[in-house]
Amino acid sequence: MSYKPEQFTPYLDMDEEEFRLVQEDKRLKDEKFDTKPVGFFRDAFRRFAKNRGSVVCGVIILILALYAIFAPIFSTYKANEYDNYYAYALPRNKLFVSLGINFWDGCSKTTVNQQTYDYYSAIPGAIKEDYGEYEAIVDAGRKSIQHDLRLDSYAKVGYINLSLTKTQYENALAYEEETGLQLFYPLIDTDQIACKTYSSNANGWFLTNAKGVAIRDDDGNLQDIYLRDENGDEVYVQSKMGGKQFQCRVLYSAWYQYQNGQEASFLFGADTFGYDIFSRMANGARLSLTLSMSVALLSLVLGIIIGALEGYYGGWFDLIMERIKDIIWQVPTVVFMSLFQIYFADKVGPVVTLFFCFIFYQWIGTSSTVRAQFYRFKGQEYILAARTLGAKDSRLIFRHILPNAAGFIITASVLSIPGVIFTEANMTYLGIVNLQSTDITSIGTMLSNGQATLSTYPHCVFFPAVFISLLLICFNIFGNGLRDAFNPTLRNVNE
Amino acid sequence: MAKYILKRIVLIITSGFIIMTMLFVLIRLLPNQVDAVMGGYDQAIKDMREAWGYNKPILVQYGIFLKNVFTEWNWGFCTTVGSYLQDVTAYIAEKLPYTVYINLISIVFSIPLGILFGIVAAVFKNKWQDQVINVFIMIFISVPSFVYAFLLQYYMGFKLGWFPLIMEGGSDFFSASMFRSAVMPILAMSFGTIAGDMRLVRAELTETLTSDYMLLARTKGLSYRQATLRHALRNSMVPLLPTFMSDVIYVISGSMIIEQIFAVPGIGKTYLLSITNRDYSVFMALSMFYVAIGLIAGLLFDLSYGIIDPRIRMGGGKNNEL
Repeated sequence: MSYKPEQFTPYLDMDEEEFRLVQEDKRLKDEKFDTKPVGFFRDAFRRFAKNRGSVVCGVIILILALYAIFAPIFSTYKANEYDNYYAYALPRNKLFVSLGINFWDGCSKTTVNQQTYDYYSAIPGAIKEDYGEYEAIVDAGRKSIQHDLRLDSYAKVGYINLSLTKTQYENALAYEEETGLQLFYPLIDTDQIACKTYSSNANGWFLTNAKGVAIRDDDGNLQDIYLRDENGDEVYVQSKMGGKQFQCRVLYSAWYQYQNGQEASFLFGADTFGYDIFSRMANGARLSLTLSMSVALLSLVLGIIIGALEGYYGGWFDLIMERIKDIIWQVPTVVFMSLFQIYFADKVGPVVTLFFCFIFYQWIGTSSTVRAQFYRFKGQEYILAARTLGAKDSRLIFRHILPNAAGFIITASVLSIPGVIFTEANMTYLGIVNLQSTDITSIGTMLSNGQATLSTYPHCVFFPAVFISLLLICFNIFGNGLRDAFNPTLRNVNE
Repeated sequence: MAKYILKRIVLIITSGFIIMTMLFVLIRLLPNQVDAVMGGYDQAIKDMREAWGYNKPILVQYGIFLKNVFTEWNWGFCTTVGSYLQDVTAYIAEKLPYTVYINLISIVFSIPLGILFGIVAAVFKNKWQDQVINVFIMIFISVPSFVYAFLLQYYMGFKLGWFPLIMEGGSDFFSASMFRSAVMPILAMSFGTIAGDMRLVRAELTETLTSDYMLLARTKGLSYRQATLRHALRNSMVPLLPTFMSDVIYVISGSMIIEQIFAVPGIGKTYLLSITNRDYSVFMALSMFYVAIGLIAGLLFDLSYGIIDPRIRMGGGKNNEL
């Protein structure tokens, strides 16, 4: 392309009058910026907000935290109360029950033999749906009648025998009269129980043969074996110990309603002991979250102090601290955990012990990050310049180096939170840290309790496992997003 | 180089010795373990206390312990774990094959898989292959191993019935039934390793692929495939080699969680048992076993790094470097 000057001089044929200088009257000076200055944190936040995945994970963490805080407050079941009769009750969502959907309704499909079928058919509401019977070959070619049915895990508790004091009995009677809800049912005549299995079972109120199969009347109905007095009326209560104790038989679902003012219906089911998993898990989550965050915070403070001293001053202090860190770092976590628990758990309780054990080695990670950052910055020219201007050590540390290292330190600290939760879950799962009591629990403990019945009641493991997985995944993605935002140069380096 | 190696070795021996002393004192100061022994072993317990010098000052006890360890390789005997009065070293040696069996098979196929998928992720960066692999990495790095061990056990073991729920205890390691029973623990062990390796390879290779010499190789006329295979891959593997080497060392250390869930009678399970049953000799010996593995793996890691990349050799604090 050849150079044609006329192409680049479009104003040459301009009239002289039209020519004016831009700054003829104005004085050149600094004008104030119209825009707001963007600081380090605002910039980082802007970058973070662009990372959609991390923001979503942050929101999920927030939701899980809100669940942990508010679930025990608003739940109608207390986390420290348990009901043995409803142990292993299946998850039930009241909405699904009222809509009649056969899912998440506290029921399960099972196949039972004749004896068990008779047992459940004697309990009101236990068999939600009966899919019919068929003959099947069970072990060794033996034929047997099997029933497919949908079993209500709440109603199947059925009747229980209770021994009440006089006032308790009278109050219950008054409640029965007031609400019309039948609590008491006729007692069973123990002489007529033919099957040993039913000898002390309040659900065995029907006539059976020695094997426990019901002997039905001509219409196919169960025949009762209630205890009757001379007039042939059913006996509802027997007084014992001279009228101090009353032996009676109650329908447990009604009794639960009388005791608690509501029907039992656990959203996430109930665990081995009959704790409500929904509120119990929130308790465990509270522990995990408060523990991990306070550990992160305290080890951040400790780490900054020690790391700054090491990194800034170096010398013998650095040398000794590095050796100490090396040694502590080499010992497997589980050794510290178990030794701490053995030594201190009786004195200050397992949770406090766990906390101090975490602090004992968590500061190492933070202090190493801080130290490395101090080594990186302390030799730079601007530090030398500040020192030449007469800045004191404290000013150099807190005003010149620490703010520059803040991004690294904060992200390292946030990323240590899932690590603490992870270790805590592992240790409680293994039983090295024992957090099983009425008031405290942890996700790991719940998982280890549920493991024994994994094949029959997977819900005991399912919900805690989902919770902890979700929490850890979100924390890691959130932390990575923070790191990318604070240190854009490290973006997409997964380390 | 020789000086560097010697320095590292002296350092880890010192560290190991300090840790051993610390552990010994802490464990000996614990509430008396011998009360925990069930049954009438009164005479044996008396003998044991006499032999280990329980009535002497703690430093003398440590002297006796050190003498036993270094002259006869005697780490004491089992009390509440294993069979009573069995040598701890013999007991551990008995448990070791199970752990090695599972870890070795796991590592043999998880390292190649990790490398392969790491390469795929780096080459197809930000495409769907990379996204899928990233999700896999995120899940298996974050989720505790017992969660996916539960999933395996429930679906593959219980629902589908493909594999037995727990591992067999026999000693026939080459039988098909033994292998079949070990599949689930091996899988559970592998996911974490695969995810970790993928992440490392992906990060390292991504960095290499964007470096200047790759541009030069392309300018020279190499195809993308040639440049990646001949230049980027080799160069990115070098810094990863030490990691894989230390992975191999960890073959002899058992995962407590996996072994607990699948009832593998290995080192990890034994360690857990020694803690819950308070068998302090086994606890001490196994703690030192783990510490030693960590130290040796660290040493090999450092040394191989030093050999591969001489810039790292001197390392540590005095210069203004990271």
